[in-house]
Amino acid sequence: MVDKIKVENLSCFYSGKQVLKDLSLTVEKNEILSIIGPSNSGKTSFLRTLNRMNDMNVNFSRKGDIFLDNDNIFDMNPEKLRTRIGMLFAMPIPLPMSIYDNIAYAPKVLGLKNKKNMDEVVEQSLRDASLWDEVKDRLDSSAIKMSGGQQQRLCIARILAIEPEVILFDEPCSGLDPISTAKVEEAMLKLREKYTIVLVTNNVKQASRVGTRTAFFLMGELIEIDKTRNMFLTPKNKLTEDYITGRFG
Amino acid sequence: MNSKITDYIIEKIIFLCGIIAIVFVVLIFGFLLKEGFAFFKEYGVFNFIFGKYWYPSSNPASYGVFSLIIGSLLVTLGAAIIAVPFGIMTALFIAELAPKGIRDILKSIVELMAAIPSVVLGFVGMVTLVPLVRSVLDIPTGLTAFSGSIVLGFMAMPTIVSISEDAIRSVPWQYKEGAFALGATKWQTIRRVVLKAAMPGIIAAVMLGIGRVIGETMAVLMVTGNAAAIPSSIFDPVRTLTATIAAEMGETVRGGLHYRALFGIGLVLFTITFLINFIADLFLNKKR
Repeated sequence: MVDKIKVENLSCFYSGKQVLKDLSLTVEKNEILSIIGPSNSGKTSFLRTLNRMNDMNVNFSRKGDIFLDNDNIFDMNPEKLRTRIGMLFAMPIPLPMSIYDNIAYAPKVLGLKNKKNMDEVVEQSLRDASLWDEVKDRLDSSAIKMSGGQQQRLCIARILAIEPEVILFDEPCSGLDPISTAKVEEAMLKLREKYTIVLVTNNVKQASRVGTRTAFFLMGELIEIDKTRNMFLTPKNKLTEDYITGRFG
Repeated sequence: MNSKITDYIIEKIIFLCGIIAIVFVVLIFGFLLKEGFAFFKEYGVFNFIFGKYWYPSSNPASYGVFSLIIGSLLVTLGAAIIAVPFGIMTALFIAELAPKGIRDILKSIVELMAAIPSVVLGFVGMVTLVPLVRSVLDIPTGLTAFSGSIVLGFMAMPTIVSISEDAIRSVPWQYKEGAFALGATKWQTIRRVVLKAAMPGIIAAVMLGIGRVIGETMAVLMVTGNAAAIPSSIFDPVRTLTATIAAEMGETVRGGLHYRALFGIGLVLFTITFLINFIADLFLNKKR
């Protein structure tokens, strides 16, 4: 397996308070790495460090390095980095424009002007996000009127339009009903063929359904990381076992 | 029981206050209509609006307000050209770019600007701006539509900045975060997401700012030169609708044609400001 992302001795702080403690792990190419753990375990902080969204928070500081294909992400231009590592948030936030424009937004910003190309990009992105069949007849209608599950898949399509290498999912189904969740998970499994995915989830079952490997975070520390199957059948650490069997968290 | 009576009385008092406000507005409007229409009947609406000459004291008197309307529109347009870009950029700076401490100070200062009485602004404009305009542009007089535009632009700014800033600040931060996560730079995010989402509020702010400008009287009276002629450029003296009413009301005969002509002007002004406020309301409601 090829390492897509390599995290070395990463520690993160908000206003001096340590939220991630000396973390080292790798994300393999074309895998879905699920990160589970109770709230305040540093999952989201970790994710937001991966594409440097935390840079915008003035109280944030960190130690350690993260490598994307052997390049240190902290030496890269953050905007460029974010086109390579896309991010999906817990709340689907369609931009206040049409479905088509939502997806065309980022390629336009990044300089794809040709209209025919754009149509192809929009269609392909919507297909990959398993949304095309539901919206192909109303691409010009407002994205804000879509259902929650559709909005979340629209946001996935929006990220796919910039052809990232890695996609970060930050609790993407926390506000969705089970059917919409199933559809988003279906989309994720399909995306694994082309992309590397890091998924932060509060839903342990979701991790077991879609994760190639799973990592368990607790109080800013990485307790265990293993193949999802191994982790759920024979967890090595007592804390992991307690968490996934629902004894705390 | 006692509290019930108190409740009843207070309710009635509040009701009365609300009704009185409405009644006064209706009465004022009714009075304006009565005097205005009496004038229109006698002089003719067309002659009034499109008449080129405002000679209320010659014989026969001529009451054409076309030059005054042009004067008002020219000054307002100039003020808008100055105040709108500056106002929106200031709002953007305060809402998006300024560090927290500076932001609060700036916002208070801008709101304080709105509290300067217009006659003070007009006076300051008259003694500082007018001579400056005259000498810099090398024109016969600094009392021009241009000077009026600058002073009025200054007066429209606080409204535009304050309301635009609220609109920009109320754009959900998730929009911005979403755009950043797609690799957009700060400027791209502001231009394509923040401004777009805040646009209804910004347009409403502009309309309200312009509404304030077109109804403004004292400052324009003091700096525009008050020549009731159609100006050939923005560097000519003009006279506005409002300034005409203010300047001539004292010298009319109550109930006379001149007196009623001023009410006709009032009606024109009322129509313009009503339209502007109406458009602003449309946009403000669209935002919700």
